[in-house]
Amino acid sequence: MKRGEQSSVSGNCDSKNRGDCLISMELKSSGGICLELESKVKVFYGKSIEKLVRSILAFFSIENARVVLKDNGALPYVIAARMEAAIKQIVTSKKEFLFDFIPDNLYTSKKDKFRFSRLYLPGNNPYMMLNAGLHQPNGIILDLEDAVAISKKKEARYIVRNALRSQSFYGAERMVRINQGDLGIQDLTFIVPHNVHVILIPKCESKSDICRVEQGIDIIKKEENIFRDIFLMPIIESALGIENAYEIASSSQNIVAMAIGLEDYTADLGVQRTNSAEESLYARMRFVNACHAAKVQAIDSVFSDVGDVEALAENVKRSKALGFQGMGCIHPRQIAVIHKGFMPNSEEIEKAKKIVNAFYEAEREGLAVVSVGTKMVDPPVVKRQIKVLELAINLGALSKDWRNDYGC
Amino acid sequence: MVAKWVKNALGRMVPTEINGQDSIPFMGVGKFKPQKRKYNCKIPSNADYPLDGNKKVKDLKEALQKSGLANGMRISTHHHFRDGDLLANKVFDIAHEMGIKDLIWFPSASFPCHAHLIPYLEDGTIARIEGSMNGPLGKYCSEGKMKGVAILRSHGGRYQAVQDGEVHIDISIIGASSADCFGNANGLNGDSASGLLGFALVDSQFADKVIVATDNMLTFPCVPWQIQGNFVDFTVEMESIGIPEKIVSGTTQITKSPDRLLIAELTARLCEEVGIIKEGFSFQAGAGGTSLAIGEFFRKIMKEKGIKARFARGGSNKYLVKMLEEGLIEYILDGQTFDLEGVRSMRENPNHVWTSPFTSYNYHSKGNFAGMVDVAILGATEVDVNFNANVVTHSDGYLLHGIGGWQNCLFSKTVILPIPLFRNRIPVVRKEVTTICGPGELIDVIVTERGIAINPLRKDLLRKLKGSSLPIKSIQALKKEAEAICGVMDELVLSDEIVAAIKWVDGTIIDVVRKVV
Repeated sequence: MKRGEQSSVSGNCDSKNRGDCLISMELKSSGGICLELESKVKVFYGKSIEKLVRSILAFFSIENARVVLKDNGALPYVIAARMEAAIKQIVTSKKEFLFDFIPDNLYTSKKDKFRFSRLYLPGNNPYMMLNAGLHQPNGIILDLEDAVAISKKKEARYIVRNALRSQSFYGAERMVRINQGDLGIQDLTFIVPHNVHVILIPKCESKSDICRVEQGIDIIKKEENIFRDIFLMPIIESALGIENAYEIASSSQNIVAMAIGLEDYTADLGVQRTNSAEESLYARMRFVNACHAAKVQAIDSVFSDVGDVEALAENVKRSKALGFQGMGCIHPRQIAVIHKGFMPNSEEIEKAKKIVNAFYEAEREGLAVVSVGTKMVDPPVVKRQIKVLELAINLGALSKDWRNDYGC
Repeated sequence: MVAKWVKNALGRMVPTEINGQDSIPFMGVGKFKPQKRKYNCKIPSNADYPLDGNKKVKDLKEALQKSGLANGMRISTHHHFRDGDLLANKVFDIAHEMGIKDLIWFPSASFPCHAHLIPYLEDGTIARIEGSMNGPLGKYCSEGKMKGVAILRSHGGRYQAVQDGEVHIDISIIGASSADCFGNANGLNGDSASGLLGFALVDSQFADKVIVATDNMLTFPCVPWQIQGNFVDFTVEMESIGIPEKIVSGTTQITKSPDRLLIAELTARLCEEVGIIKEGFSFQAGAGGTSLAIGEFFRKIMKEKGIKARFARGGSNKYLVKMLEEGLIEYILDGQTFDLEGVRSMRENPNHVWTSPFTSYNYHSKGNFAGMVDVAILGATEVDVNFNANVVTHSDGYLLHGIGGWQNCLFSKTVILPIPLFRNRIPVVRKEVTTICGPGELIDVIVTERGIAINPLRKDLLRKLKGSSLPIKSIQALKKEAEAICGVMDELVLSDEIVAAIKWVDGTIIDVVRKVV
C-alpha cells in the first residue's frame, strides 16, 4: 500500500445538502482512530455510524487516523461512499468497500423497453436520488458528466456505484451518463459491475466514440464474468455528430436509443436556443431519420424551463410529431407531462382497437384479409396499431383485457 | 413534585397532579363527562364603567395597572398576529419593568417571535406557559429550563378549559386591527388585519379583566364586532401591535417539492376513489405547502366532474378563496386567515364566514362543527403502528410545535395524514410515537410517498379500495420499509422529569413530554 497526501476531504454538508455528509480525514502515524461525529441523527444512529466508519477504515487497513464526519442525515451507503472517496485520495488501494445489492436492484432491462422519460440526477447529490424512482420515470440517469463539478468528479463515482447497489429506483431503467474521453472510460469501472442497464455516452461525433466505450465495457465484463447486456445511448450534441448520426446509431448492436442535446448543439452553431426551435429543425429531422433507419429509439433533448409545464406539453407534442419517442427530464414534475404527451391519445387508441379487433375477428374466421368497414387493412398497419395498443396497455391507458368489453 | 403516576387509556404513564392542580388521565374517546356546572365570571355592573362608553386609557401600562396586574396572575394573549405579534412581548416588557413575578402566560399559540420572552422565563417574570409552543420556547421548555410544567391544549381544548373552570384568566389582552373605545373589535380592517379574532372569544367571555389594544381606533361603532365591547374593561390605542407582513404573509404557496406533490396527488386520488369528493361534501386542510397542493388537486377533480363542496373549513388562503369565488365551494367557515386574499374575501364575501373555537372545536358543548366535516387533512411529526399520532414533539424529544386545531379535527368523518415516510433519515412511521397527541382510533389514513395505510377499523374504506391501483400497504409494511431505508433507530433516552403535559380535547391528560438529556 502506497501513501501520498496525508489528508483529504470528501462530500458535502450544509443546510442545502440534506442526506449527505462531509468527511475530513487525516492519516496519523500513531494514536489509533479518532472519530469526531457531528450529526443531527446522532442520538438515533450515532453508534451505527461509528461502527460503519471504523469497519471501512479497518477494511483499508488504516489504523491511525483522525476522521471528522459532519452528517446531515446521510444513509449508510452515502457515508460509505464519502469515506471511500476520502480514503482513496490518500491511500492507493484496488479494494472496494461494497454493500450487498438490495433485492430491489437486481432487475434487468430490455432492448425494446419504452423510454419516454428519463430523469437526470446529479451523480454527486444522493438526496435527489432518494425518491426519484417514486415519480415513475421510465429511466433514471445518474449523471457523472455535466451535472458534476470538475472537482467532484472522482467522489461522485463512489456515490453512483453505491447508489446502483443500495438505492432503490423503483423499477426505472438504470442509466448512467459517463464523462467524455478517458474520464469516461475510468467511470466504467464504477458502473459496469453494478447492474447498470444503459450507459449514456455524451458528445458523440463518430463511430469510434462508441467503439472505445464498448471496448472498455467488454474488458470489465470479461474480468468480472458479466454476461448480461449493457445497452448504450449515444448523445449527439454537435454539428459533426448530426452529420454522422446514422453511422453512430448503427455502430453497435447494444445501442437501444440515441439522444440529441440541443444546448450544446446550438452552442456549437453559435445560435440561441429558442422555444420554437427553428434553429435546430434540420438537426432534429436528420437525427430522427437516422434513429429510425438504424432502428433505435429517437430521444429528444431536455426542456429546461421546469416551471412551465404548458410549454413543455407543447414541446412534447411537436417532438412526437417529428418522430421522437421520448424526452429527457430534469425535474420529476415533467415526467407525467411527457408520458401523457408521448402516449397514444384516446382517438388513436379507438382507431387502433377497431383495426386490431378486425384483425382478430378475421383470424378467428380464417380470413386472410382484414377489413374495417369497406376498407382493406394492410399487415404493417395492423402491426403498428398493435404497437399502439401495447403502448396504451403498458401506460395504463387501456385494460389488458380490452377485447372482453369491446363491441358490447 | 408529582404525587402519583397512573397509566392512562392509551398505556401512557401520566401524573394525577400537575402544577399543584389535580389532573385526570385520558380515559378513552368520549369517556370523560364532567357532571359539574360551567365556570362563570363575576357579574359586572354598568355603574363601574363610563356611561359614555369611553373605556380608553392612556397606554397599555395603565390598562394593566388598572386591571390589577399582580404576581402569579394568568395573562392571556392570542396568536392572530402570528409571527408578527408585538403585543404579547410588550405586555411582559411592562410586567418586567413593574417588577411583577411568577406570571402564567396563557397564549392561544406562540411563535418564534416570542423568543423575546425567554429572558423573562429566566428572571422569574414568567413562571410557565400554558399554550401551544413553537420553536425557541419549545426548545427552552424541552431542556427543562421552565419553572413550571407547560400545559398544551388544542384550540377547542383551550375554550373547554376556560369554560370548565380549569383555567382562570386574570387579565386578557386582545389585539385587534380595528376597535372603538367601547371595546368592539374586529380583525378585518386596518394595517394589522388578520381576518378574525375567534381565538380571543373565550377570553373576552370569561377573563376577570379584558383589555382591547388596537393600532386603529375608530369612532364608535366598530363593525362588525367580532369581539363585543360589553365584555371589555379597557381599551388602548397603540402605535403598533403587529408587523403586517408577518401577520398575513401573502406568500402561502403550494409546495414545489416533487415528493410532497406526489403525496398530495395520492391523497386527492384516494379521496376521489373512495367517494369523499362528491356533490355537497366538505373538507378541511391546513395552510402548509402539501395541504395547499391537495386543495389544488381537489379543485381539478371538482372542476372536471362538476362537483361543488357545501363548505370548506379554513385556515383560509388565496387558493381556497379562488375556489369560493369560482363557485366550487359554497361557504368557507374560517377559523384563521392565512393571507391577504383570505382577509379581503372575509371582508367582502358574506359566504366567507368567521368562526371560533367555540363553534368549531369545543368538546364540552352541544356538538361542534368538526364532526360534520367529511374529510380533514392534517399533518403529524410521527405516527405509530396503531395509528396514534404526534404533532408536538420531534423524534428527538424536543417540543417544537403546538396542537392547534389538530386534535379537534380528528372528529371529522375521515382523517387523513399526508406525511413523508421519513424526514432526513428519521422514520415518521414508527413502533411508538414519542408523544401521543391523538388516539389511533380517530386516524383513518396515512398517505406517504411510498404507500398508503388504511386504519383496519375503516373496513368501509378498505372495501372501496379493493383492486385500486393506489399503493395500499399495511402500516407495519410502511414501518418496515422506512427501517429498511433509514436503518433501525436506537431508542431515545429521556429524563424522568416532565416538562409539559398534553391535554386531550376533554381536558384529560393524554401524554406528557419529558426533559431531553
